Amino acid sequence: MQRHRSFPDVLAGAVFVLIGGAFVVGALGYELGTPTRMGPGAFPLLVGAAVVALGLAIVGKGLIAGEVISFGPVPWRAVAVIVLAVLFFGFTIRRLGFVPTTAVTALLTTLASARVRLLTAVAVAAGLTVASTLIFVVGLQLRIPLWGPWLGF
Amino acid sequence: MELLDNLALGFSTALLVQNVLYCFVGVLLGTAVGVLPGIGPTATVAMLLPITFSFEPVTALIMLAGIYYGAQYGGSTTAILINLPGESSAAVTALDGHEMARQGRAGPALAAAAIGSFVAGTVATVALAAAAPPLASVALKFGPADYFSLVLFGLIVSIALARGTALKALAMIALGVLLGTVGQDIYTGTPRFVFEQRELYGGIDFVSVAVGLFGVAEILRNLENEQTRTAIVSKVTNLWPTREDRRRIVAPILRGTGLGAALGVLPGGGHVLASFTSYAVEKRISKRPQEFGRGAIEGVAGPESANNAAAQTSFIPLLTLGLPAHPVMALMIGAFIVHGITPGPNVINDEPALFWGLIASMWIGNVLLLLLNLPLIGLWVRMLRIPYQVLFPMIILFAAIGTYSLNFNAFDVYAIAFFGILGYLLIKCGCEPAPLLLGFVLGPLLEENLRRALIISRGDPSVFLTRPISAALLALALAALVVAVLPTIRQRRAVVFAEEE
Repeated sequence: MQRHRSFPDVLAGAVFVLIGGAFVVGALGYELGTPTRMGPGAFPLLVGAAVVALGLAIVGKGLIAGEVISFGPVPWRAVAVIVLAVLFFGFTIRRLGFVPTTAVTALLTTLASARVRLLTAVAVAAGLTVASTLIFVVGLQLRIPLWGPWLGF
Repeated sequence: MELLDNLALGFSTALLVQNVLYCFVGVLLGTAVGVLPGIGPTATVAMLLPITFSFEPVTALIMLAGIYYGAQYGGSTTAILINLPGESSAAVTALDGHEMARQGRAGPALAAAAIGSFVAGTVATVALAAAAPPLASVALKFGPADYFSLVLFGLIVSIALARGTALKALAMIALGVLLGTVGQDIYTGTPRFVFEQRELYGGIDFVSVAVGLFGVAEILRNLENEQTRTAIVSKVTNLWPTREDRRRIVAPILRGTGLGAALGVLPGGGHVLASFTSYAVEKRISKRPQEFGRGAIEGVAGPESANNAAAQTSFIPLLTLGLPAHPVMALMIGAFIVHGITPGPNVINDEPALFWGLIASMWIGNVLLLLLNLPLIGLWVRMLRIPYQVLFPMIILFAAIGTYSLNFNAFDVYAIAFFGILGYLLIKCGCEPAPLLLGFVLGPLLEENLRRALIISRGDPSVFLTRPISAALLALALAALVVAVLPTIRQRRAVVFAEEE
């Protein structure tokens, strides 16, 4: 019998095993309790073990008779830029204030597309900054300072 | 008639100026995201949820519900005009709808979809109003053990309906439940899996999970192959269907409505199942099955009615049991909780104005959709020309701002990136994101009821089998699991046999 190895199956299974395993290890550090009074660790331990078991089953199946899925290309530039933009937003919103944070986040995100030209990116970012300031700060009265302490405000 | 009194109360609430206004905003936004490929109702509701915190609870829920069923409506427009279903349930509509458009009959196709949706929405709203109170009174008798089994049942059924393999869907649910345990333990207050970060004590916010899985991951998928969207839009002329068309769509609309109303109650995407089933039924009983796929108007009217009816009745499990049937419903649970209302059988008695107001608003929403869609069709088509390079930065930015404004907690924003990457990776490997979100929202309920049931039974796990409601639900869950796994076994056998030959 010919075997169908499926890389996506093995990868998905590995992710489940990894995350489930991490939770199992973490859960063992908390009190497990008794069936009558389950401690904080009991439920995560059970579910974590289930995730590991399911993950192993997916890996096993992937090695023998996996699902044929084409994994396709990964837009590395978009992944990197979008993660960076989101982390930047979370980290600086309190420090730089709404307007600069929004502008930089928008500009970074626009650059995730491989086709965008710099001038378009700047225009889109500027437009989005104005729009979101009007919508969220002026319209919805979101209590985030427009300019933050890092800029001396 | 009690039903009439209740509906009167509902309409008096839903017809308040601000409620009609936000219902309109909801269905407008819903239609827009239904039309636009690349952003769905789940991500939209997740992004707009924070904005609704300052509203009255009933207003907030009316608007969020409007986004959901509005999107079902909008999805059919693009399916018909450019063969691009904006929503998964509209994929069937594209088969015959787009074929009709190519034959120059886009107008009747759009009209059939709109009329069918309206009829279905109206009937399903009445069904919802009639079915909800008895179900809620049954649900009030549920003990913790029954609730545990009910939630488990709901989660298992949702995988039976999901695409992809049952094994992966099951793993996604379990992963969601697991991630739901992050934060302080409800009984002892012990912080779990928080890495000493105070910001994580409240747990991971479900909005971050939803925005990451359905917003960011979807954008990354779309950026894999960037193509300029070439929208060759057929001109819409002569909207009104001919006498022959009108005669042909009556029965499919009624059958679709019935099917959709029944299947919409099932957890996990009943509306997609409903539209596919309706199409299959129409094709089977039609006297002209050869016309299907070549522009049969029945193939548009039936599925469109079915998915709209299902969109309405999927509120039944939410409003009576507190169980979400769809990722958007899972977000609605969050919206209830934020406003201090526990979704479940008590809502109908504790908050009658909210309960009936929400139901009545759905009928008003359907009227608004009818008025909004047919005359403004040109506007929606023009929206397709918004380039994706503008659209996706807007989604990411609004997602970040919206999530941050939930609790002014930077961790909620970091979580978007985490779930975006995790979701993207798993989706690429053939896993569906919806089960993870359902598991995440229902996980804490599962744990709480499991522990409470065991405290009451003094640690005796047989309580789940000796209580009749719980035992019946567990048996049903097991049956659903077997059904979900069986086709996979059969398929695998088929593959193995094919190779041996």
